[in-house]
Amino acid sequence: MSMFLPAYPQPDARGRFGRFGGRYVPETLIPALDELEEAYLDAKRDPEFLNELERLLREFVGRPSPLYLAQRLTEHAGGAKIYLKREDLNHTGAHKINNCLAQALLAVRMGKRRVIAETGAGQHGVASATAAALLGLECIVYMGAEDIRRQALNVFRMKLLGAEVREVTSGTATLKDATNEAIRDWVTNVRDTFYILGSVVGPHPYPAMVRDFQAVIGEEVKVQLEAVEGRPAPDAVVACVGGGSNAIGIFAPYAYLPEEERPRLIGTEAAGEGVESGKHAASVAGGRIGVLHGSMMYLLNDDEGQIVAAHSVSAGLDYPGIGPEHCHYSETGVAEYVPVTDAQALEALQLLTRLEGIIPALESAHAIYHAVQLAPELGPDGIIVVNLSGRGDKDVAEVMRLLEQERDAGLLDRDPEQLIAEVLA
Amino acid sequence: MTATLTRGAERLHAAFAGAKAENRAAFIPFMTGGFPSAAGFPAVADALLAHADILEVGIPYSDPLGDGPTIQRASEQALAGGTSTRRTLALIRDLRARHGTPIVVMTYVNPIYAVGPREFMRLAQEAGVDGLILPDLPPDQDLEIADLAAEHGLAVTFLIAPTSTPERVKLVAEACTGFLYAVSVTGVTGTREGSALSEVPAMLVLARQHARVPVAVGFGVKDAATARQVASVADGVVVGSAFIHAVRDGQDVGALAAEIAAGCGR
Repeated sequence: MSMFLPAYPQPDARGRFGRFGGRYVPETLIPALDELEEAYLDAKRDPEFLNELERLLREFVGRPSPLYLAQRLTEHAGGAKIYLKREDLNHTGAHKINNCLAQALLAVRMGKRRVIAETGAGQHGVASATAAALLGLECIVYMGAEDIRRQALNVFRMKLLGAEVREVTSGTATLKDATNEAIRDWVTNVRDTFYILGSVVGPHPYPAMVRDFQAVIGEEVKVQLEAVEGRPAPDAVVACVGGGSNAIGIFAPYAYLPEEERPRLIGTEAAGEGVESGKHAASVAGGRIGVLHGSMMYLLNDDEGQIVAAHSVSAGLDYPGIGPEHCHYSETGVAEYVPVTDAQALEALQLLTRLEGIIPALESAHAIYHAVQLAPELGPDGIIVVNLSGRGDKDVAEVMRLLEQERDAGLLDRDPEQLIAEVLA
Repeated sequence: MTATLTRGAERLHAAFAGAKAENRAAFIPFMTGGFPSAAGFPAVADALLAHADILEVGIPYSDPLGDGPTIQRASEQALAGGTSTRRTLALIRDLRARHGTPIVVMTYVNPIYAVGPREFMRLAQEAGVDGLILPDLPPDQDLEIADLAAEHGLAVTFLIAPTSTPERVKLVAEACTGFLYAVSVTGVTGTREGSALSEVPAMLVLARQHARVPVAVGFGVKDAATARQVASVADGVVVGSAFIHAVRDGQDVGALAAEIAAGCGR
């Protein structure tokens, strides 16, 4: 089977999805972005590049990832069948590796031997370090000090893989600041450095390129669902969104279909302690249009344009913006974006773990929560596909800490054990 | 392009012409608005204005991706002290009451969008701002910003870099109405390697083929010696991080400004 990369009608020639996207970056980077765009378009048409990518996705990543009918979760939710797209089974534990391998191959093709990346939860950092190790590239990963604390295991993994992890202490010391620092590095070393950007954010062509590299997720679902259900599109597709790469990867193959063939596309935003609390990362529900990291998007920022710190229990969703294509989907009604709180995500994590023997990443748990809410609404004839974007190994220490903290603070008058039992009741 | 020069452009061009008449490059010091504090800023600005041909004031911003750690930390300090967009413009209005020297504002685009482009331009005009420097706005990203600025009498400055292709230099140079800002290095503010200025002369030759405005050079100019190097080829010299350091270290900012201003002689 030879591979092809999709060609979607968006963005336009200027890198815009409607009014979103663009290239709001220092002029120093514009030639590099032009060079990248050209190299990407060229690679996209080159069978040698595509075959190598296809081979690595198959032999190294383990694609295609299964589409799994979550029988017990379906019974628990009481309605539509819930399928899980098992990106958590990918090598390195998340969908991030799809994009990293592809970008690292592109770096090699462009003759760049030094790659940089930013990471929040560490999954993109681990995937970048992995791809760099595989291809013999020097790799530097920027990571906020707060995320380094939350994701110590992934930090160690990156180092073990030979990457240098640079701690970022400026601003909120999380993903947005790590991204600033990576962009600054790129501005400085642009002539010999390839920036492996981890989500569908950043200046054009990144949002389009990352989407194309992640669209393999949705393309596989179409084939897999056709095989088991006799139709390529479910009734609803649910995926979590921080920057939004796993969601775009499963949405995009459906998003440009005619409305009558298109499933409901639902992105779950991290609502933290609730959108009204101000402590959240829900850029669509609680943000407004602005510019961050080179792109116009929905953004958490105050009335003078200062970026507001995002909050989420999940380091991977702790980002104050959302990719421009999602913004355009939201504005045009192609997709819906719903908030899911920290507590709801924690609950869903425990639920999936107990019912299916799958510990999801806290990110993906946001999507699981909403799917369970949606299932009764769609009824037993309905089909929901949830993108299980990553596994929860990286999160278990944090989850343990949070559950113990809740118990110790008297917020729970029961042990976590009892809480779980109640959730399942 | 507007057919006639805006008030701001006229004042900026006059400042460059004045320096040229004295066989100097224009000296353009930079200071973050509200740094080290809203109360302390006017004295620092006064000290710089005593020697400046043009003063550049930065709107403190939470995510300044074109700036190095020095200016980033100055921004964080100013923000913590309660200065951001509107307050910086108010500080400039106060300076304007005491000084005739042209003042340009350096801002990332997000503060402009958050306040609203038209409202932002109105506030800037009211404060007596002469021009805008927009480090994360390549001119072809938002064609309305330059028009709105012109409508409000403001000049605009865009940036070129050593990586800019001839096509980009042409596009950027032609869009500038105040002056053209040539970044001396690939990098962020406050960083420079030993030989970095070597790329400047060739960049300026290219820039001057297209620019209808003076050309200033910045990033990495930190003392009289580097200022003199740049002044030999540029119409203006921008110095930023060195003054932030001076304020932070309790040095005499006025004396440093005088020294670097003298270095701008040819």
